[in-house]
Amino acid sequence: MVLTTEKPEAAPMRAASGPNRVKPSAKKRPKGWWLPFALIAPAIVFELLIHVIPMVVGIWMSFIKLTQFYIANWSAAPFVGLGNYQIAVNFDGAQGQALLSSFLITCGFTVLVVGLSWGLGMAAAVALQKAFRGRAIFRTMFLIPYAVPMYAGIITWKFMFQQNTGVINQILGSLHLIDPNNPPFWLIGNNAFGAMVIVAIWKLWPFAFLMLMAGLQTINEDLYEAASLDGAKPFRQWRNITLPGLGAVNNVLLLVLFLWTFNDFNTPFILFGGGEPPAGDLISFHIYNTSFITLNFGFGAAMSVLLLLFLMLVSAIYLVSINRRSRRA
Amino acid sequence: MRETTGFKTFRIVTLAVLAVFVVLPLYVMVTSAMKPLVDVQGQFTWWPTNFTIQPFIDIWSTIPLASYFVNSVIVSTSASVISVIIAVFASYAVSRYRFRGRTAFTTTILSTQMFPGVLFLLPLYLIFINISQTLGVQLIGSYLGLIITYLTFTLPFAIWMLTGYFDNIPRELDEAAKVDGASAIGTLLRVILPVARPGIVAVLVYSFITAWGEVLFASVLTTQTSRTLAVGLGEYSTQVNVYWNQIMAASVVVSIPVVIGFLLLQRNFVAGLSAGAVK
Repeated sequence: MVLTTEKPEAAPMRAASGPNRVKPSAKKRPKGWWLPFALIAPAIVFELLIHVIPMVVGIWMSFIKLTQFYIANWSAAPFVGLGNYQIAVNFDGAQGQALLSSFLITCGFTVLVVGLSWGLGMAAAVALQKAFRGRAIFRTMFLIPYAVPMYAGIITWKFMFQQNTGVINQILGSLHLIDPNNPPFWLIGNNAFGAMVIVAIWKLWPFAFLMLMAGLQTINEDLYEAASLDGAKPFRQWRNITLPGLGAVNNVLLLVLFLWTFNDFNTPFILFGGGEPPAGDLISFHIYNTSFITLNFGFGAAMSVLLLLFLMLVSAIYLVSINRRSRRA
Repeated sequence: MRETTGFKTFRIVTLAVLAVFVVLPLYVMVTSAMKPLVDVQGQFTWWPTNFTIQPFIDIWSTIPLASYFVNSVIVSTSASVISVIIAVFASYAVSRYRFRGRTAFTTTILSTQMFPGVLFLLPLYLIFINISQTLGVQLIGSYLGLIITYLTFTLPFAIWMLTGYFDNIPRELDEAAKVDGASAIGTLLRVILPVARPGIVAVLVYSFITAWGEVLFASVLTTQTSRTLAVGLGEYSTQVNVYWNQIMAASVVVSIPVVIGFLLLQRNFVAGLSAGAVK
């Protein structure tokens, strides 16, 4: 339910701040016009402090040669203009190549993790849509990975993925899917990508489940009743009632899942620690390592800004296409 | 509606697969925490045959876990309480008033979800270093520095969710309070807040859980004395040994408070999340 009716005393306030505000007299500004501004003032002060200022500083950093010699005295760092950006997008150079490969790995990771997390969340939400004995137990159980602190969950997976002592190779060995005398490594080499995807899904899918479950509660049950009287099978009911009914939730959910996954830092950081395999080099992790190992903060800032621009671009395209679609419908 | 066999099969398969996927790590975590070190260093066993609770005792002496625990509690509590206090006022304004800049404000709050943490980490790190150079105020390794950085994610989320809760509280309550002569602030504090209490508690707990699990900022901005659990757990892996049984025991210990808090409040949480999301 969205309430958008304007409060009576709020309406004239807009007029006061409109074009004819030559005389900001008490007559034009009703009593208490300042109240909402006073209420959001602390939030704005904090927003400036924690988001706006660091971001402006970050953008400025990306234009200077901020290496370890200048960290404690950054005003002395030479201005290099777009120099840091040129290094980042020069895909023939080592740095640019590393960034590009990290970007592509992150894209693949995001598509898999978001797609599968959404799919699992949807399957579980639909499976638990109707009441049956034991529903509450499953619902609670599925939410636990979301509540467990991320590092505790990821570190447990790290234990499970150990080559000789891990449960994963033990299970795969007993299913004869691998050679038990020569078990594969999961945290180094190319398998690291798969391990990272599984861990990320484990901690992300409950959020999709939670949101979709909440969304399902808003769908009118009579619709299903009518559809089943018309002889619609469950899958058709899902496609024609459930999916459209979840439209608003899905729009937000997919965007948030995308942004969180693309920015994921915790999974590779805890799973691989210092010995990061190239296959697990997600972009946030890449920027972090480049910045703190080479101590070239200007270059790190330039890569962060590029990442933000990319995310803004994708989000904008996504939101515009959603608006178009909803207008056509 | 009658359930078809197809749907029943779908339900059984889905729930079984997901239950195994979800429970397997939790099972491994809990059972490995009850094994002696030699057992977790050998081949994995499904059952702790040499059952022991020693890891739960050792975790406190192998590393200064208690002090990391206190650090995490202080930082997470401060960050979530500060965000909720600020968010209560801001969300009330956004929910009840139409003012100039309202859309810009809400858009900014939502768009911070988009920002990669590393984008804030680098500038904040440098700002902190330079503040200590020029003003002598040490923010790296201090609670204050970490709390400020934690607000970057707890505050926008608190505002987002609380606005959803407030929108669901009927305006008739505000009107009635006004008729009784209450001021706007009086209405918020004495009428709206008591009604919104479940929502506020849910936001508080949720912010706490997020701060409790934060790794990125903590890995750079803490020192030995201010280290939080998220970073401290790494210390069970030493050059000599990786104390997997103690790592698992510590994971159980740090998970229990937040899992219980979350499960108690899941209902409130679902309501607020969906209210905030459909706008």
